Amino acid sequence: MKKKNWNLLIGGLLSGIMLLFIVVGFFYTPCSPEAMDNAAKFAGVSAKHLMGCDHFGRDIFSRILKGCGNTFIVAFGTVLIGTLCGIFLGAFTGYYGGVLDEILMRVNDAVFAFPSILLALVFVSLFGGGKYNIILALGIAFVPSFARIVRSEFIRCKNMDYVKSARLMGAGDLRIMFVHILPNVMPVLVSSVLIGFNNAVLAEAGMSYLGIGVQPPEASLGRMLSEAQSYLFSKPSMAFLPGLMIVLLVLGFSLMSEGLKRER
Amino acid sequence: MTELCSVIRCGVICEADYTGSRIEHADVCGTGMKGGDMKYIIKKLTTTAATVLIVSFLVFLAFSVIPGDPALSRLGTQATPEALSALREEMGLNRPLIVRYGDWLISFVRGDMGESYSYHMPVQSMILEKIPITLTLTVMSFLMMALISVPLGIYCAKHRDQFADRFIYTLNQVIMAVPPFFMGLLITWLFGLIFRLFTPGGYISYTKSVSGFLYYLIFPAVAIALPKCAMTAKLLRTSLLDEMKKDYVRTAYSRGNHTNGVLYRHVLKNALIPVVTFMGMALGDMLAGSIIVEQVFKIPGLGRILLTSISNRDYPVVQAVIVLIAAWVIAINCLVDIIYKIVDPRIEE
Repeated sequence: MKKKNWNLLIGGLLSGIMLLFIVVGFFYTPCSPEAMDNAAKFAGVSAKHLMGCDHFGRDIFSRILKGCGNTFIVAFGTVLIGTLCGIFLGAFTGYYGGVLDEILMRVNDAVFAFPSILLALVFVSLFGGGKYNIILALGIAFVPSFARIVRSEFIRCKNMDYVKSARLMGAGDLRIMFVHILPNVMPVLVSSVLIGFNNAVLAEAGMSYLGIGVQPPEASLGRMLSEAQSYLFSKPSMAFLPGLMIVLLVLGFSLMSEGLKRER
Repeated sequence: MTELCSVIRCGVICEADYTGSRIEHADVCGTGMKGGDMKYIIKKLTTTAATVLIVSFLVFLAFSVIPGDPALSRLGTQATPEALSALREEMGLNRPLIVRYGDWLISFVRGDMGESYSYHMPVQSMILEKIPITLTLTVMSFLMMALISVPLGIYCAKHRDQFADRFIYTLNQVIMAVPPFFMGLLITWLFGLIFRLFTPGGYISYTKSVSGFLYYLIFPAVAIALPKCAMTAKLLRTSLLDEMKKDYVRTAYSRGNHTNGVLYRHVLKNALIPVVTFMGMALGDMLAGSIIVEQVFKIPGLGRILLTSISNRDYPVVQAVIVLIAAWVIAINCLVDIIYKIVDPRIEE
């Protein structure tokens, strides 16, 4: 009998709940996440404010809903840029090899040697902060790692029999690359994408914590944490709740990737 | 083969993914030795130097093409055109980029990193006193990671699938999902505010009291070390269990060795190889990660100065700190490769 894949199950469930949360947050929040209410400063848990209010009297629950959404958008954008560029770079360099491959891989190495936070910081200091700049900065920082994985998989696959037979049947290079080889790269890529997503969530939270990610008054989990730090003693839940959200988001995806790896 | 080897070093993505399939590649690569160790080391040092040059050039380029005139930002907007052009001439802004890069590199290596726009003092004097702080923090967290994760990984592998192993596995999964700065907040709350073991924000300079300085740094170091610690322990466990399945282990058992004997004398050495690589990468990450954790604990290290300079648009400082950190990360990676080669001579270059 096959052992139950708890990792995949719990991970999937957790991610599902979080995604539901995020989707709901896009369309509906109980209060406006940016509305300040002087009377409700540091308000406790109530029916109106499910998680209480922060130092400006903003509803923490609504802010968390919106903040998760913002974090998700940044992470999703980052992974999208990283994966798409990575697939193209990796596919062409891996399939054709040669001088271009050599040059691109050296540049890749140079970018890769840069910790992604540092690269994002360079980017931010040049072009300013904000949600979209962060997506671009982190996306670029993520390209090399995806490119490497795709490239090495392409090198592994390009001389396999099924590729040779496709070539004999007259398939063009592009067709072989994206119709024949790419689907075989997918299993490896999917688990990398999930982990890449996690790294992006952590990086975004870090950036927002430093105040260079999502800009106020827009809600973001990292920013909420940095604001909560001054009130850590009087109202620790202000820090715990957004932090817990980050942990759950990351945990769900990492369990899922762990589970997928076992399935393979 | 080289490609497969390079897969092993896929940091950002594979940190947590750094198990099973990746380790197999290490064995695929082990197809015998080519050339001497010395040759390998020299080649590695050359490529590392080249990477540092490329990176420093890219950073220099990035900060040269930014919109904005360094002369203008130094003199302020009320400056006369004559003064501006004179300063531009003096700063050498009219010369070709590559010449300026060469000059900058030479003076950088000599220890002259330019002048800060906002503080009007030499960058090196601003940075030099911060380096020991960040360095101590990174080294402390690295030591913590190594000291905790290796015994933990061995313990889990020995007690595989028992309750303790399952428990630690679950705990590791959770800890890996905690961002270092949130860990820092939790530690501040628990040890700083509840147990009152230290004063949050009460950083003590090492010039005042070395013991106070080290004591304060313990807490941020834990925040940086814990997530990496969980990853390393998990990796070591997987690596050990993979290694245990090999033929030589069966042979060692059949010759009458005890579990501990086989484990410590034969298996551990091989199982540690991927872990060493990971730890090297983690060291680089920790340095970058300390930028954020320094903010949580209000430590005036390299991270603090980098962030204030970014918000002040003080480019010479930003440039110097970034090149410094990047060079340090690249140097560590090089060192790891060399150690890797010495520990496991099977690795081809």
